[in-house]
Amino acid sequence: MSLSNHKKISQLPEDSVSRREFLVRLGVTGALIAGSGLAARKLWQPKHFVPGFEKEIGLQLRSYAPEVSKVLPSLAIAHGTEHEKTIRAALAALGGMERFIQKGDVVVIKPNVAFDRPPALAATTHPDALRAVAKLVLEAGAAKVIIADNPINSPTGCFLKSGLTAVTSEMNLDLLYPETNSFAPLQLDGEILKHWTFFNEPFKKATKVIGLAPCKDHNLCHASMTMKNWYGLLGGRRNQFHQHIHSIVSDFALMMKPTLVILDGMSVLMSNGPTGGRLSDVKPMNTIVAGTDMVAVDAYGYSHLLERNLDELTYIHKTHDRGLGNKNWKDTLYKEVQA
Amino acid sequence: MKFDPKDLLKLRNVRRVAQVFFFSLFLFFVFVTDLRYLKGYPVSLFLELDPLVAFATAITTHTVYMGLLWSLLLILPTLLFGRIFCNWICPYGILHHFTGWLLGKSRAEERECIEANRYKKLYSLKYVILIAMIAAAFGGTLQIGWLDPICLFHRSMSTVILPLINLFVPSSIYVRQYFHVGAWIIGFLLLFLVGMNVVIPRFFCRVLCPLGAFLGTLSTAALWRIDRDPTKCVDCDLCLKSCEGASDPHTQLRKSECFVCFNCIEDCPEDAISFKFLPSLKREVTAPTVTGRRAFLGTLIGLGFYAFGRTSGASDRNYDKKVIRPPGSVEEKDFLDRCIKCDQCIRTCPTNVLQPALMESGVEGIWTPILNMKIGFCEVNCTLCGQVCPTGAIQRVTIEEKTGTGLFVEEGPIKLGTAFFDYGRCLPWSMETPCVVCEEVCPVSPKAIYSREVTITKRDGTPITLRRPYVDPALCIGCGICEHECPVTDEAAIRVTAVGETRSRDRRLLMDGGVTSAVRDLEKRQR
Repeated sequence: MSLSNHKKISQLPEDSVSRREFLVRLGVTGALIAGSGLAARKLWQPKHFVPGFEKEIGLQLRSYAPEVSKVLPSLAIAHGTEHEKTIRAALAALGGMERFIQKGDVVVIKPNVAFDRPPALAATTHPDALRAVAKLVLEAGAAKVIIADNPINSPTGCFLKSGLTAVTSEMNLDLLYPETNSFAPLQLDGEILKHWTFFNEPFKKATKVIGLAPCKDHNLCHASMTMKNWYGLLGGRRNQFHQHIHSIVSDFALMMKPTLVILDGMSVLMSNGPTGGRLSDVKPMNTIVAGTDMVAVDAYGYSHLLERNLDELTYIHKTHDRGLGNKNWKDTLYKEVQA
Repeated sequence: MKFDPKDLLKLRNVRRVAQVFFFSLFLFFVFVTDLRYLKGYPVSLFLELDPLVAFATAITTHTVYMGLLWSLLLILPTLLFGRIFCNWICPYGILHHFTGWLLGKSRAEERECIEANRYKKLYSLKYVILIAMIAAAFGGTLQIGWLDPICLFHRSMSTVILPLINLFVPSSIYVRQYFHVGAWIIGFLLLFLVGMNVVIPRFFCRVLCPLGAFLGTLSTAALWRIDRDPTKCVDCDLCLKSCEGASDPHTQLRKSECFVCFNCIEDCPEDAISFKFLPSLKREVTAPTVTGRRAFLGTLIGLGFYAFGRTSGASDRNYDKKVIRPPGSVEEKDFLDRCIKCDQCIRTCPTNVLQPALMESGVEGIWTPILNMKIGFCEVNCTLCGQVCPTGAIQRVTIEEKTGTGLFVEEGPIKLGTAFFDYGRCLPWSMETPCVVCEEVCPVSPKAIYSREVTITKRDGTPITLRRPYVDPALCIGCGICEHECPVTDEAAIRVTAVGETRSRDRRLLMDGGVTSAVRDLEKRQR
């Protein structure tokens, strides 16, 4: 390389720094120092915590219960052979759906679709029952009907094969699957249930809640009716519930104050519950029980539909003793009708 | 450049329309392979059109299973025009065409493009791969799924791309996020193959694709071929600029490499290239150039693969307890004869229980479906996996056949395996705690899991009444929901293993098919 290639010093740009450049460069470096300091201050975690023992907070569910009536019955038992007629009769006995649903209401109907079963096996809410209830709710002027459940089997399969997907699309109801973002923590002062993941999406705009449960045998809990139906609103590690099943089901009465519950006893799963699997497990009982007190509805269901001795159904007595319902339905205002 | 409406009708644009159509059709089929949308769509159509799948399974099983007959539809245009599939229809080829365009060299660098599209000796590797796979098939193991582009693309979509989309946009594909064991391996492979387009355009298609090699061999007999008129040619090599197959249209055309993309015809400034009916073969390299020695090596590799795999014993006496196959699956050795690892079953499974195997079923069974009860369970009223399986590795059984109901009461249900308790981990058995979730969720009637009430004295002296669960092996169908729902979540207190599966007489458990008191009770009730 020859010397001539080098520029003479006088040809190089001036090596002095202008005031402007001096200030800008100082400013940029200074801002970066200050910025990292501020960011570190903001993000600094000065204390440790014990993993798994963080303080938990969650939402509280409002009450959806209707006003207490001294004239109208709180329990209706209707006998009939058709879902729609019988459900209409039961609701008429309670004073009509208008007593519970007003114009513009957003109504969540909670079916029990825990398992991937065809309707005939009576392990899930019957599509005819859902159709009838949704019809009544819409007739009463509801603006929107939401159907939601968090099943044990795969949600899409459960809704599809129980026949409920067909009803929701036919009647234009909102079917909500338990998606990843549908849950929020729930706070409760229950006997066992204190803090749990809750299927909150359906309740964001709901003004009324109706539980629509099939009447089923249950291997551990003895029965799955309107109270145990709320199991499907919880997420997380539900398989721990069985360690305190009666306390948990009783806590559901604290968690959920529904507008109305309906127990579908048209076909009752008498054995091999809660999954069933054979037609011989199912017995036609041709009855719909509706009411505002879940304890009373379940008490009737256990003794008159599953035809068993109520003494053994621990959760009913637990809930009754906690003052969350009345197991002595005969002492309350009730009506038994024929459709 | 001025817009000329006549440009729209150029062959290149007609081809692009076909590419968009077939790629979209493929994506549509992938998306609707879901219980909610499945209806009657022929979601495995691309696999059924794939003649390599039909050919290789015909070697291993001596049959052509159901819809695989559609592959004749693809052989016909190949014999007429050559590898038209590769650049017009094949979704994986279209993916590489597109990503090569997106990530590769700029078209402005004309000379570099031309150099990148010259034929290389490496491109005959795919014929060795094809020979190895066919030799393995003659031995008795089907391994085309490793690299068959349709299998590979379906597998990548099911186990990597869709879960990825759902991860970034929750519930867009699945109600709940799906997981796939070893998805990262399949994911990195996909990235590698796509990324290689930067180094060698259409790397996968030119170098590795066994289906391309198969169609290339068939196209030896094609009637229509690219032909260069040497009297018009000025040796500018511009025909190489966008040559997808690297088939040397500027000199002696290599017909078996030509993707029939027609780019050379439109890139030639002298109109020297045309697509001609029965041109002279003298100006061509008509057949794949793979030497006898290489073919022999391929045969050795294929037969070696079969022998090494088989003598490892994973499909025989040393079978793994975790090789629980989907309902309707054929016996294990037949399964390895049929499964093409396309993982369509994994895509359609509504509970995510089906997982691509790693080494559980040996080297032969990599990416074949097995059940993982930690992730899911087999839904009793579901036979979707068999409905979408294109090769009959999982037979198209009905619900009645699966559950042993209706006309199939005498045969009984299909069993995938048997559940066994691990009482040391079981809450009511070892920890004085009520549970029996397993019994609750057991879907058969009468339940295969039953419990007996016992009253024990707890450590603190107080009595407690518990239900302790048992399995009735005659009734258990191995669906695994007990294991899935067990609260002992890391290693469940009840676990399903493969023994007792009905597909294999060697792996059954009960000699009489399991006539226990519960089954007799069932029979009594039916009468």
